[in-house]
Amino acid sequence: MNAPALSSPDAFLKVRNFDFAYGDNHVLHNINLDIPRNEVTAFIGPSGCGKSTLLRCFNRINDLVDVARIKNGTITLDGVDINHRDIDPIALRRSVGMVFQKYNPFPRSIFENAAYGLDVAGIKNKKVVAETVEHSLRAATLWEEVKDRLHESALGLSGGQQQRLCIARALAVKPQVVLMDEPCSALDPIATAKIEELVLQLREKYTIVIVTHNMEQARRVADTTAFFLLGKLIEHAPTSEIFHNPAKPETERYISGQMG
Amino acid sequence: MQTPAQDTATPGTNPFAKQKSHRETKESLIKWTLRSATYVILIITASIFTHIFIRGAPVVFSLTPPFINTSFLTKLPETLHVLEDKQGKKYETTPTGVDVIKKQLGDNLRNEKTISYSGGGILGPIVGTILLVGVCVVVALGLGIASAIYLSEYAKQGKFIEMARLAILNLSGVPSVVFGLFGLGMFVLSAPKITSHPLDRSLLAIPLGFGEYISFEGWDTSVLAGGFTLAFVILPVVITASEECLKAVPQGFRETSLALGATKWQTIWKCVLPFAMPGILTSSILGIARAAGETAPIMFTAALAFKDKLPWQGDTGIMGIFTQSVQALPYHIYTLSARIPQNEYSERAQYGSVFVFLVLVMSLAGASVILRRKLRAKYKW
Ligand SMILES: Nc1ncnc2c1ncn2[C@@H]1O[C@H](COP(=O)(O)OP(=O)(O)OP(=O)(O)O)[C@@H](O)[C@H]1O
Ligand SMILES: [Mg+2]
Repeated sequence: MNAPALSSPDAFLKVRNFDFAYGDNHVLHNINLDIPRNEVTAFIGPSGCGKSTLLRCFNRINDLVDVARIKNGTITLDGVDINHRDIDPIALRRSVGMVFQKYNPFPRSIFENAAYGLDVAGIKNKKVVAETVEHSLRAATLWEEVKDRLHESALGLSGGQQQRLCIARALAVKPQVVLMDEPCSALDPIATAKIEELVLQLREKYTIVIVTHNMEQARRVADTTAFFLLGKLIEHAPTSEIFHNPAKPETERYISGQMG
Repeated sequence: MQTPAQDTATPGTNPFAKQKSHRETKESLIKWTLRSATYVILIITASIFTHIFIRGAPVVFSLTPPFINTSFLTKLPETLHVLEDKQGKKYETTPTGVDVIKKQLGDNLRNEKTISYSGGGILGPIVGTILLVGVCVVVALGLGIASAIYLSEYAKQGKFIEMARLAILNLSGVPSVVFGLFGLGMFVLSAPKITSHPLDRSLLAIPLGFGEYISFEGWDTSVLAGGFTLAFVILPVVITASEECLKAVPQGFRETSLALGATKWQTIWKCVLPFAMPGILTSSILGIARAAGETAPIMFTAALAFKDKLPWQGDTGIMGIFTQSVQALPYHIYTLSARIPQNEYSERAQYGSVFVFLVLVMSLAGASVILRRKLRAKYKW
């Protein structure tokens, strides 16, 4: 039985028959998913259903986990199999940026944080670095707030500012995809609204995947929404359809708050 | 003044009144036992320090200008000669000064005493200890941090790594005299060195082609051999502490760094080590202070009871700071207090040395606290 997949010919990230396990814990089962270019895709579902796991497969950050294994299937980015043995995960991660749930700037200056990706990529030209930092801080709508204190510690910023700095830091390496794992879960409503606004702006240039527990947030920012349950993709459809006219009873029960 | 509550509740019927129960007596007994144990330790520690201060400080400091007894810190140890005249007046002098005083006293000399190692100063032992600790720090931190990084960042957790960890932990239970013997066999007698004339007892001499050999003949009793041996004494502490500090760096830093396209080594170098370093240094410096005080490991590998030259004054020149044997403070204290007859003069030298040594160790500990504060302020999370 296949989930009603929303398949688009223009899909940027394609997941096919994907099975994934941590040791004996089989976490993802036969996932088929198309993530369209320059759109926002939201992942929703109860805790532990594997949303973060799938997200972390997109930039192969799960390579870090000793017991993590891909059991079956492929993920392609723009037609390239990202798990192929000729793929350099470091180059992949430059095109697929990630923003984590807990905003975690390094305990260094704002500038150093934003420039980190350039630094490790070996870009030392001061002018280029300064321009890129400014550009990405502007893109993350943080520039006006921090331009006079670039060399102060990033930990002096508010939570929302720190998270936007993390987004700027990810944008500075010029990714094509930006993955966000519950980026607002530690933020207050105003900071959350700012991030959501930012996501809608970034949508023009980037393909965005956002994991969220907040139905309203998915509704506000996502073009399409994918609902996961117990490691399976139950339904992936345009957001309005998921929320107003879900094809599956499980989806309906989840979004109406009767589950998880 | 009476309050309504007191009107209604007579003392005997107060439901919240304290009941001096058996349980409570037991509780307070336990508390007092624990408290007195702590106080006993504090008192003993304080009296040790006071004792050393009272006996040792006058050797190094004086109440009259220039307030500091520089010759004790700037001269090498030598034999102390004490001459006594018939009026009971005593003259302390150096081996070279003896004849002059003898001539002055003439027939007036009643007796003459010589006390080994108790004259002059302790510059030799101070320099030796500093050199040994220097080599020990470089080797222990270099090897220790490297292997801690491997264990915590690279090694796949499994049986073998668990065993390696256990072996390292057990190493800290090995008596230090065993390290001394190990150092003797390993560094003094068989470590490789480059030389043009391998000794006959060299275990293996590999010719390098241009007249030089890599000869496994050891480094002789030297600062290098002693420093390496000391490093092995504290390696378990350094490795265990470093591993803990590395583990304490939030996993999020590593993931973020990798997600931004850093390599594993870049991540460790820029996002893990800087944040683990304050802790690593603090706990290592405490281990190093312990190494500075060890006698057994350096007895066979580096230290002499007496030496009349500083390491760089030998025929090897400046390289002597690695290749020469030295005097060291703990061994000097041991010699003064256990290897020569005790009297007021040897005791004076002994307490002076202990005092200086304590000051050195405490400045190491102080440095570690300051360093940690500085680094913490810079890299706080
Ligand atoms: N590093 C790991 N090692 C082993 N098992 C893991 C690891 N990370 C996650 N898991 C397991 O994988 C399953 C899915 O976890 P995942 O984090 O993907 O869920 P999630 O949908 O993101 O949940 P949440 O909404 O709570 O973030 C869980 O059962 C979890 O215990
Ligand atoms: Mg998650």
